Amino acid sequence: MENKNHHIVSALVENKAGVLARIAGLFARRGFNIYSLAVAPTDDAKLSRVTIVVDVEASLLNQVVSQLNKLINVVEIRELSPSDAVERELLLATVQCSPEKRSEIIQIVTALGGEIVDVDISCLTIEMSSTPERLDTLEELLNSYGILRIQRTGRVALPRLGYLAESKIESELKLA
Amino acid sequence: MKLTGAQALIKSLEHQGVEVIFGLPGGAILPVYDPILDSSIRHILVRHEQGAGHMAEGYSMATRRPGVAMVTSGPGATNIVTPLLNAFMDSTPLVVVTGQVATGSIGTDAFQECDITGITMGITKHNWLIKDPNEIAQTIAEAFHVATTGRPGPVLIDFPKDIANSKVDYQEPGAVSLAGFTMQTEPDPAAVSAAADMILNSKRPVLYVGGGVLKSNASAALKILVEQTSIPVVTTLMARGAFPDSNELNLGMPGMHGTYTAVMALQKADLVIAMGARFDDRVTGKISAFAPLAKIIHADIDPAEIGKVRRPDITLLGECRRSIEELTRALTEKTSNGNGDLKLPLDIDEWHNTLKGWKQKYPLSYDREATDVVKPQYVIEELSKRQEEGTILASGVGQHQMWASQYWKFDTPNTWINSGGAGTMGFAVPAAIGAKVGRPDKPVWAIDGDGCFQMTAQELVTASAEQIPVKIAILNNAYLGMVRQWQHMFYEERYSEVYLSPDLPDYVKWAEAMGAIAFRVDTPEEVIPTIEKANEIDDRPVVIDFRTDVTERVFPMVPAGAPNDDILISAEHADGIVQ
Ligand SMILES: Cc1ncc(C[n+]2csc(CCOP(=O)(O)OP(=O)(O)O)c2C)c(N)n1
Ligand SMILES: [Mg+2]
Repeated sequence: MENKNHHIVSALVENKAGVLARIAGLFARRGFNIYSLAVAPTDDAKLSRVTIVVDVEASLLNQVVSQLNKLINVVEIRELSPSDAVERELLLATVQCSPEKRSEIIQIVTALGGEIVDVDISCLTIEMSSTPERLDTLEELLNSYGILRIQRTGRVALPRLGYLAESKIESELKLA
Repeated sequence: MKLTGAQALIKSLEHQGVEVIFGLPGGAILPVYDPILDSSIRHILVRHEQGAGHMAEGYSMATRRPGVAMVTSGPGATNIVTPLLNAFMDSTPLVVVTGQVATGSIGTDAFQECDITGITMGITKHNWLIKDPNEIAQTIAEAFHVATTGRPGPVLIDFPKDIANSKVDYQEPGAVSLAGFTMQTEPDPAAVSAAADMILNSKRPVLYVGGGVLKSNASAALKILVEQTSIPVVTTLMARGAFPDSNELNLGMPGMHGTYTAVMALQKADLVIAMGARFDDRVTGKISAFAPLAKIIHADIDPAEIGKVRRPDITLLGECRRSIEELTRALTEKTSNGNGDLKLPLDIDEWHNTLKGWKQKYPLSYDREATDVVKPQYVIEELSKRQEEGTILASGVGQHQMWASQYWKFDTPNTWINSGGAGTMGFAVPAAIGAKVGRPDKPVWAIDGDGCFQMTAQELVTASAEQIPVKIAILNNAYLGMVRQWQHMFYEERYSEVYLSPDLPDYVKWAEAMGAIAFRVDTPEEVIPTIEKANEIDDRPVVIDFRTDVTERVFPMVPAGAPNDDILISAEHADGIVQ
């Protein structure tokens, strides 16, 4: 990730009322910043997966993870370093678009792997799911045409297959 | 068995072995108060819910069992927020049950509705809002498990009125298993071995003993470790009593008002072995200047404490008692070819001599010759001398607390009941009452400030009504003394809003009105006879209004945020430097 203070924390949490408030409250009272947050249920209806990009110095990351781990509803938690994770983010953007510029924009979007999902006379709505970095590139390019509205989901991530996340991260925490 | 939700709740508490609940009823918790009449559990009716919380804390700290409090919704619940913070900061296991409006009314601003689970999220280990009567027994079991397992702490259960009134088929709770609540209790053997080597190679080791040693019942294990190694010990404010003051290897308390020897031992140590301690800012002073020469071994049950303030060289993650036992075993093995408890050949005689020299040169001191005024330290020393072993001492927060921690001789674990992390004025009276309820066999004293006493004194009415004979020594200096001390030293003696008056209120009359026997002491000669009179009384509360020296300040002192090396030893020393 470009920002050195951005770290991905992936947590499996119990799907109970107030869990998000507990997580957000912990961040607020310990002075940790959330850069982005994505939550959704998993295949197990009792569990949700939360992907948080935290904005803290590397030296504080252990604190963030071990404090979060103390929440009773947090069942499992680990840091995912970008090289060891598959990451995706979804972007929706409505861009101003005169008829002359239309094909130019469509070209850029399709070249980057996005799609046009809504159209009217003067606007296009674009969808793209990709790595956050590629979405940054798209966003920059679209900016020159005039973005009217944009919503990004924040990144979601899973460990790469074959990555020995479990044992490695957990033993790191213990020895730190 | 068909029960009401309220009956199921009380039955669940009985099932956990609860013997006493501190509480006060009201609308939302009313249904639960009915089955209390038929329960084996004793209920102690407090005069303010803050009192219930602190009593439960005092009970817990004296007995090492979880304390239980019950209050109604809304203001009843918010009145117990302070004790929850206090218990959270000092890792005291509490189970607090709050009434709540009926589930259908939650979120409508109903009468005495309050989002108490929201409010207490950050100051409980966990809290629950029970929405299904079938979950009562299991939730209570989980609550006790969470409160008492690992690093202890407070939990809260919010209990809506309709759940209390509903019918349930009561079933005893099954084993508690919480997927997100697991911990390592056994220290890593490789880390233990490395720690033992580090100890054997140290020249100036210090054991920095914190409250975790008491929580994990490790005093006996610690004593063995110290006897075998002769490593000197400092006991933090939370750990007074964890290692006997009468042992010459105890250097006293470290930190802002610690002894010179304890503070400087950490500063000059080449190895600090932190046992269940959390490098609190009141201990470390300016963190970058704390124990600058020392390697750190940090033993704690809570992974979040490891490296939070100071990065350790070796981590012993696990229960303190197990870490101490394993360290002792490893040290013995490494030095005695496995055949018994030889005195370890730690080469630290020079260190012992240095420490002995400091102890002699810089003992705790005050004007023992004073004849015109009662010195607060003198009261505590004489009080301490006249107590049987195992007497429990509670304290408020302020100068009197620091003097109590300095001048009382602690030789027994779990006899010091004080508010450390939160520094809650008003803690002493209710905490002493709770301690006496838990340990009726032991004398219980409180050393309180005049300011603190005024915050929770009404609980002496509870003590009289319930025949809980606690003894309160008010060190009445007519001031919010600790604040006055800071204004004296750091605000050019500009005293702003700290004067209280020695005789408004009249503490003797007030105490008598609350059913206590009360004495006043104005002169040093009266101190001992009055203490002796108080010691004779054991059928009701006693209050002594000691009129103490207004100008006395607590020393030694490390000014807030200063390096510990800048310790001010005495008033003369301080006035020569600060002004
Ligand atoms: C609830 C609460 N309010 C304010 C404070 C700040 N405070 C700390 S010590 C102190 C003075 C305590 O006065 P007193 O009980 O008379 O004790 P003394 O210092 O005089 O011995 C104050 C106001 C506190 N710790 N707790
Ligand atoms: Mg005072």
